[in-house]
Amino acid sequence: MRKFSLIFVPYSWLIGLFLVPFVIVLKISLSDTALAIPPYVPTLDISGGMASLSDFFAQLDFENFAFLASDDLYWKAYLSSLQIAAISTVLTLLIGYPIAYSMTRAAEEWRPTLLMLIILPFWTSFLIRVYAWMGILGKEGVLNTALMSVGIISEPLEILNTPTAVYIGIVYTYLPFMVLPIYSALERLDDSLLEAAEDLGCSRTSAFFLVTLPLSKPGIIAGSFLVFIPTLGEFVIPSLLGGSRTLMIGKVLWDEFFSNRDWPLAAAVAVILLMILIIPIVLFQKNEQKQREAEQ
Amino acid sequence: MKAKLLKGTAALALVANVASAEEVRVFNWSDYIDESLLEKFEAETGIKLIYDVFDSNEVLETKLLAGGSGYDVVVPSGTFLQRQIMAGAFQKMDQSKLSNAGNMWDEIKDRTNQYDPDGAYSVNYMWGTTGIGYNIGKVQELLGEDAPLDSWDLVFDPTNMSILSECGVHFLDAPAEMIPAALNYIGEDPDSHDPDVIAKAEAVFDGIRPYIQKFHSSEYINALANGEICVAVGWSGDVFQAQYSASEAENGNEIDYSIPVEGAQMWFDQMAIPVDAPNPDAAHKFINFIMDAQNAAAATNYVWYANGNKASQEYIDPEILAYPAVYPDDETMKKLFTTTPYPSKVQRVVTRLWTKIKSGT
Repeated sequence: MRKFSLIFVPYSWLIGLFLVPFVIVLKISLSDTALAIPPYVPTLDISGGMASLSDFFAQLDFENFAFLASDDLYWKAYLSSLQIAAISTVLTLLIGYPIAYSMTRAAEEWRPTLLMLIILPFWTSFLIRVYAWMGILGKEGVLNTALMSVGIISEPLEILNTPTAVYIGIVYTYLPFMVLPIYSALERLDDSLLEAAEDLGCSRTSAFFLVTLPLSKPGIIAGSFLVFIPTLGEFVIPSLLGGSRTLMIGKVLWDEFFSNRDWPLAAAVAVILLMILIIPIVLFQKNEQKQREAEQ
Repeated sequence: MKAKLLKGTAALALVANVASAEEVRVFNWSDYIDESLLEKFEAETGIKLIYDVFDSNEVLETKLLAGGSGYDVVVPSGTFLQRQIMAGAFQKMDQSKLSNAGNMWDEIKDRTNQYDPDGAYSVNYMWGTTGIGYNIGKVQELLGEDAPLDSWDLVFDPTNMSILSECGVHFLDAPAEMIPAALNYIGEDPDSHDPDVIAKAEAVFDGIRPYIQKFHSSEYINALANGEICVAVGWSGDVFQAQYSASEAENGNEIDYSIPVEGAQMWFDQMAIPVDAPNPDAAHKFINFIMDAQNAAAATNYVWYANGNKASQEYIDPEILAYPAVYPDDETMKKLFTTTPYPSKVQRVVTRLWTKIKSGT
């Protein structure tokens, strides 16, 4: 009984907040559009008993998925999202690792403050921070005005509404998600291991690559997944900072839903996105589990 | 300071006053009303007004068709209104509650009857055209003194666009407006529902696609005003707002709007009451309030869109009334076209085409 009540909480969480919404989305993805409220058919009506229920299932089909497969727009959007997510993950890692590393090298009494500074941006709404980037990167924005006034450039840089702006926005937004896990991995690192490495004739650089880097691997992996997974479906950043050339699946999904008002097709896009995400999520879970086992 | 303090007290009093009173929720286009009218409505009726905005018909329709939007008054454009009436999204108006109905302009009503016969479900708020907004100085600097400012050539001719891309061009993110404009430009029927004809619009966009910086339906107001872009295909009154902001900011950007000589789309934004409106009674009060001649005039004087209220013309700024880009003369009126909603299968063709055009794939 006790065991049951223990697993009941996480499972009801999973069922209520993941499985039920997913089944609803899946059902809509098998429906057809209609000019009605809600804008698709069939809708579930259980008042007619078994007959209406079987009628309901008979109307569902995979037409929307066939359409997705036949139109290369969607493949291009998925691929380009994967590419943007992968590049962004590498960029946040390249920037985030040195930040996390120098934080652990800082004097003990400074670390809480530094940690605070990493978390501080979360106190402001994410949307406002992305809007702020519009003001910074615009043609007449802060960056261009500053660079032009000191004479570094004579023509304003075209950054806003380009893929560069999208990368800047994503790296900026997700950097804390990379820094924090790496920081916690590095902080646990025993300094005596480095001393031992140096005693045994390792240079500082090779000690870093032979000892520090491998031991921070769990942090790197966790951080990379925390950046990669949400970036793949990102909508706000590409729609505010990117131009119409930035093709991302989150934006395509929004367009299907709001501009085309094609709920079934939008639902099909979402189902496929979830399928793609399941692979890294499962890998992430495996990694976490392995780590836990290693610690025991 | 004293005035500020007084104002603050008045606002507090207002809040206290309406805390227990009824509410009306209005969902209108962004930058589309003189906000003092909202306070006036609250003061006159004691009904708390919750005013929310959108910038695309598509977003409004998504909310309406999802059901339970919670709004009492919404303002879709004609073709969308017609579709939504068919979907059963609206309730019929109670004409007995609209005492200002006599103020309305028959000429506009005749035109909106094609979307909503006899105005059973809607009342006109504003109407206008979809044309070209431009920064005179920047365009003439790039294209010379004789730049085709009053022609669709400005934005549909790749040669012009390749040059203009240097200073930035935005297009509306509204297929129901942009595709008819492109069809009209190549001499096809802008209201065509034939997929083969509609497909011809793609060729028009293919040539200019690389030079369009963004498809967006409201950002261009600020972008034009502060010089981020120099040309936008947009809605008349929005461009005038950009013009006004630029002149207020004295930033040297001189903005103007033209209804191209080849013709442009005329649209009507209609106030309607969703079928599941929580407070239809207050909704009627709000609509009747806007139908008041002086209130309608105040809205037009502020947003520079023409309204469908004949009686209001007495109170409209004569400068606006005489401005053909807002109240077109008979000659221009003849060149304006209207469109009708696409059947659902054609709609899919149109939206797919639009996604392709936008993403450039």
